[in-house]
Amino acid sequence: MEKKVFKRTGGLTDIPMRYCPGCGHGIIHRLVAEVIEELGVQKRTIGIAPVGCSVFADEYFNCDMIQPPHGRGPAVATGMKRIRPDCVVFSYQGDGDLASIGMAETVHAAARAENITIIFVNNAIYGMTGGQMAPTTLIGMKSTTSPFGRDVKRAGYPIRMCEFLAALDAPGYLVRVSVHKPANVMKAKKAVKKAFQVQMEGLGFSMVEIISQCPTDWFLTPLQAVEYVEKQMIPYYPLGEYKTPFKKEEGKKEAKDKIEVEFRTDFN
Amino acid sequence: MTERILMKGNEALAEGAVRAGCRFFAGYPITPQNEIPEYMSWRLPEVGGTFIQAESEVAAINMIFGASACGARVMTSSSGPGISLKQEGISYIAGAEIPIFYADIMRGGPGLGNIAPAQGDYFQATRGGGHGDYRVIVFAPNSVIEMGNFPRICYELADKYRMPSMILADGLLGQMMEPIVYDFEPIDPKDFPEKDYLLGCTEGRERRVVRSYDLRPGYLEKNTLKLEKKFKSIEENEVRYDDTNMEGADLVMVAFGTASRVCKSAIPLAKEAGMKVGLLRPITLWPFPMKVLRQIADEVEHILVVEMNIGQMVEDVKLAVEGKSQVHFYGRPSGSVPVTEEIFEQVKMILKK
Repeated sequence: MEKKVFKRTGGLTDIPMRYCPGCGHGIIHRLVAEVIEELGVQKRTIGIAPVGCSVFADEYFNCDMIQPPHGRGPAVATGMKRIRPDCVVFSYQGDGDLASIGMAETVHAAARAENITIIFVNNAIYGMTGGQMAPTTLIGMKSTTSPFGRDVKRAGYPIRMCEFLAALDAPGYLVRVSVHKPANVMKAKKAVKKAFQVQMEGLGFSMVEIISQCPTDWFLTPLQAVEYVEKQMIPYYPLGEYKTPFKKEEGKKEAKDKIEVEFRTDFN
Repeated sequence: MTERILMKGNEALAEGAVRAGCRFFAGYPITPQNEIPEYMSWRLPEVGGTFIQAESEVAAINMIFGASACGARVMTSSSGPGISLKQEGISYIAGAEIPIFYADIMRGGPGLGNIAPAQGDYFQATRGGGHGDYRVIVFAPNSVIEMGNFPRICYELADKYRMPSMILADGLLGQMMEPIVYDFEPIDPKDFPEKDYLLGCTEGRERRVVRSYDLRPGYLEKNTLKLEKKFKSIEENEVRYDDTNMEGADLVMVAFGTASRVCKSAIPLAKEAGMKVGLLRPITLWPFPMKVLRQIADEVEHILVVEMNIGQMVEDVKLAVEGKSQVHFYGRPSGSVPVTEEIFEQVKMILKK
């Protein structure tokens, strides 16, 4: 007898995605959509689309969506969640959106411990506008505005968002994952699920930073892009949990570079 | 509600918004509007509402964008420099057709300027303010009574036309105290009209999307033409103004806000000196009272526009009268408030008396 082992998640609409071959957004959309479906919250989830390649996320996620100005997702999410605490609110953002133009909104939403979830796709480049340098572009990495490679003397250093936000006292969940290998995709899904659960339990701000590949603007083949994630991106952006309200699971290996933060119980 | 209360303009405005059903406020400190967020910070929790001191004006406008898209009556306020920062969000909100209400308590500009009362944000307010083709409904109160009672009208129009509405007042109106009587009973958010575009639970309905972009060729034009139709209807139906002593006037003054009160005080002086001087006060700055000005221009030779800036509304007056009257201008910009005698001198000069 034939057995169905995989089906398209109802968390996504039927609209075909317009992402480039080898891009990580498609995978990440599916993971988020599957989690929303599995948690049974699809009918009360509101998503926020960024400005950037994934601006069309408002067409792809099968739930209520809003498309605010570049970088302002966490502020819009704040307004929504305060008015509809019964809804699950997530903001889907790229590196330019979150770590450059929207840095203030990101840091302050985290500091206020807003009960919202951020899906932060870090591919170290401005994809939609044609491959300009991002706040997360690696040192030496070429882009259309750093054509000879990012020079720290002129363009400064990349920003590690998980580490940055982990410095805040506010409770929450911060984790960095990648989607460059099937095993990592599975881990990324777990992290996304945990982040949504943190929100649903009212435990504060949750952000999943997902290291993603952009073959088009990295001027690599999809296969080379996956290798670039493994050899260049991950060494600079170590994977793992940077802050968690959950107790460490027994017998599990600790994530690399994990920073232990005790869960504050005095926070309402 | 006939209770008379002595209140500061800013507080009257905040209380008026709460009575009109405002349950979400996000703002950032700036003089001379600080009494508004301060008042909201204790008043909103009393009625089960939410106050957030935002990290910036940019964040504040986007917080109210999200809250309004989820069904709350929302408000933010600032002064010129902060309103400039909010323009990005206001443009998106206008494009997405989400109702919001905000107040600009004007100070002297440009730049950081000063904290004294001025009317230099007229252009910014009446031309939309941000990028793209859009308008904002602009109310210009000239008393604490109007500061307190206009928010309800602003909310109703914002809901009716699904767009931003605002109060444009100078710092003097925000800071001075006057007795106020609220002319409406507090509105319970449960009694708000149904909105079929709000985000939240999709149970029993199709999913909804709130957005201001459309990349499909030709579609954005269609949407903007739809907005234009809406704006035309507002220009037709929502103009408000106040006039004084217009019968047989030789000269009509045109002024809004604080400047209109100074002008009004010059009318008795002119009368004593044997001059017939009237006053037209636009209450809505957009839509602007074009038609009534056109009629005035048919009968009156001289129009004197008085503003606390270097001449902004005067351009709309000239557009309205189409050269039929002589339009004169007197302005005191960047924090100076004209006094009655100055206006009277201008009137005498024009009428050569």
